[in-house]
Amino acid sequence: MTKKYFLYFLFIVPLLVFYSQRTYSQVVQNFLNNSQVHGNAEIDAQYYQKDTIIGAPNVPEQALMNAFGNVIYTNGAFSAGLRFEAYLNPMLGYDPRYKGMGFPYKYASFTKDMFDITIGNFYEQFGTGMTFRSYNDWTLGYDNVMEGINIRITPIKGITIKGVWGKQRFFWAEGPGIVRGADAEFSFQNFIKKFEEKNVNIIVGGSFVSKYQETQDNTYKIPANVATYGGRLNFIAGDFNIYGEYAQKINDPEANNNKIYKQGEGLLIQASYSTKGIGVYLSGKRLDNMDFRSDINATGNVLNINYLPAITKQHTYALATFYPYGTQANGEIGADAQVIFTIKKGSKLGGKYGTNIALDFSQINSIYKERVEENIPIDSTGTLGYKSPFFRFGDQLYYQDANIEITKKFSKKFKLILAFYYISYNSKVIEGHDKGIIYSSVPVADLTWYITKTKSLRFEAQYMSTRQDEHDWIMGLVEFSIAPKWIFTFMDEYNYNNPIPEKRVHYYFGSVAFTQGSSRIALSYGRQRAGIICVGGVCRAVPASNGLSVTITTSF
Amino acid sequence: MKNLIAFIFLTLFICSFSFSQDTTASQKKYQKIPSVELKGTDGKTINTANLKNNGKPIIISFWATWCKPCINELTTIADVYDDWQKETGVMLVAVAVDDARSSANVKPLVDGKGWDYMVLLDINNDFKRAMSVNLIPQTFVIDGNGNIVWQHQSFSPGSELKLIDVVKAVAEGKALPKD
Repeated sequence: MTKKYFLYFLFIVPLLVFYSQRTYSQVVQNFLNNSQVHGNAEIDAQYYQKDTIIGAPNVPEQALMNAFGNVIYTNGAFSAGLRFEAYLNPMLGYDPRYKGMGFPYKYASFTKDMFDITIGNFYEQFGTGMTFRSYNDWTLGYDNVMEGINIRITPIKGITIKGVWGKQRFFWAEGPGIVRGADAEFSFQNFIKKFEEKNVNIIVGGSFVSKYQETQDNTYKIPANVATYGGRLNFIAGDFNIYGEYAQKINDPEANNNKIYKQGEGLLIQASYSTKGIGVYLSGKRLDNMDFRSDINATGNVLNINYLPAITKQHTYALATFYPYGTQANGEIGADAQVIFTIKKGSKLGGKYGTNIALDFSQINSIYKERVEENIPIDSTGTLGYKSPFFRFGDQLYYQDANIEITKKFSKKFKLILAFYYISYNSKVIEGHDKGIIYSSVPVADLTWYITKTKSLRFEAQYMSTRQDEHDWIMGLVEFSIAPKWIFTFMDEYNYNNPIPEKRVHYYFGSVAFTQGSSRIALSYGRQRAGIICVGGVCRAVPASNGLSVTITTSF
Repeated sequence: MKNLIAFIFLTLFICSFSFSQDTTASQKKYQKIPSVELKGTDGKTINTANLKNNGKPIIISFWATWCKPCINELTTIADVYDDWQKETGVMLVAVAVDDARSSANVKPLVDGKGWDYMVLLDINNDFKRAMSVNLIPQTFVIDGNGNIVWQHQSFSPGSELKLIDVVKAVAEGKALPKD
């Protein structure tokens, strides 16, 4: 047998090798040349210490870890990939139902002629997402990825049709409802030559999404099929841009709307004018009973079919993120206005490098509600719930934010950012605890000193004054960086004026981050205060913790 | 049967060996920009695989309106962008990963800051996923043939010096500086 094998080897292999050098090799070589594999990975782990003063709980496992890794293979029009996730066990603040590990994301897709088809898991969005969006946010611990079929059709340039059909991820399983949807978008500029010349474009779109869930309810007749549908229009003329989207949802008595039979509706308008040196942005939004999920019994951050982000500005300075707004899908009406401009270099106020100023004001209120019938209280289960005139504001304030940020580079050595935030936050509506409305004023100073070309020191001083909740805080930060590899940070948040004297504690926190190309490792140690992280329309409560944590990210 | 399988594998192994001789170190294989349809701030759709700069290098920077270090990076580069363009012909493509919450505010912010970059809106994060971007800012350098030759995560003042060194090397066809 071995001999025979050897003979084969002697004759055929050289022949094949020879052959392969010619034609076969070109085919394989082309295949190999087009083959690309890439991916990324992240590991977050923390060693926890019990800290009764700040309320950090005892963690029986002592250390917890969340991790993921993506691998994507592409070859020309073909692509396939998967993501592994492990939560052993889920870190504090993440939903404990993530416990375990597996491959929640696996797909194959190809593009052929006018079709772009994905089978398996996919992320997709119609318009701004008011009728449909599947997305993933690792820091938030949110993933409502679809499993099923996604198709995008481009019959001619300027027309896009999308279709989705599948079920949504629910931790390590799928939600009970089937989600089906279609979306079409038409861009006029591709068909009208004058538009192109004049830099004008009109884009119109429409979408229809339907959910099916078998339902059993002894008291109420619950619709098994629930649809949302919407239209959108975007008008662009040079520096002007106006976008409007309106959607409706048919009656959908479910866990989050107190099982009322009212129809839902949502309107979003965004307008901007900008030209080099100045940008103005206005947006308005009204939501009424727009919570839409693939399980009528689901509550919390799971199985959302549509995406309803907050329109308020997202802040980054620590004390300004204390009280962030979270969308109220059941009803809210509000507006946001922002202006950003640069005072020219060389002018009196602009100085040598110019001065940048950003202003923002937003306010969100409840929608006005009145009884459907005189003797039926508002929001009564099994009724139409309430009547709500479209443009009438409710009298309850949910959130208000007025802020200014000024950025000025003084010289080659110094840059200063000054900011001030005044935030009013309805804790009962947004968080569910009754501390009433919390009013906070937050001044911030952020100074960067460029010591050498690659070494710099950054100082942050922040203060928050409030007479509600935990009262006043003060915060300081020092960051030393050696570009492009090292960043050392030390900070302390001090709740010096807490009404309970024992809670007047320091939250010390230090970290070292090292970057090499597209890989980064960060080690940190210290206390982290309890708080809320909100991204888009979703918020996550983060409990207080104390301990050593490590984050490793890399991509290839 | 076993033998046949062993035989096929052996053949493949040898063939692959002969291929590996073809691709010498000087012809290192790079990733190309993946193909994703994105809208610009003017509403026009662009396929990322078709990003071209007349054979000159391209910088692709992933950022968002809510990301402080990202804005720091783009502001820092904006101060020297004219010089960079004159020296190397480089073009910077700023890919905003803002979702519906803030994507309509991308153009006002870019104009308000006075940046001259080409700006693309990756509202559903399709391009971010295709480029395996995890945390932002993440910056890529693309050579004249569309190869992704360098990438870097995070920003601190001075990181832009490394970036321009890479771009210069790419523009002049020299070996990349060591990381």
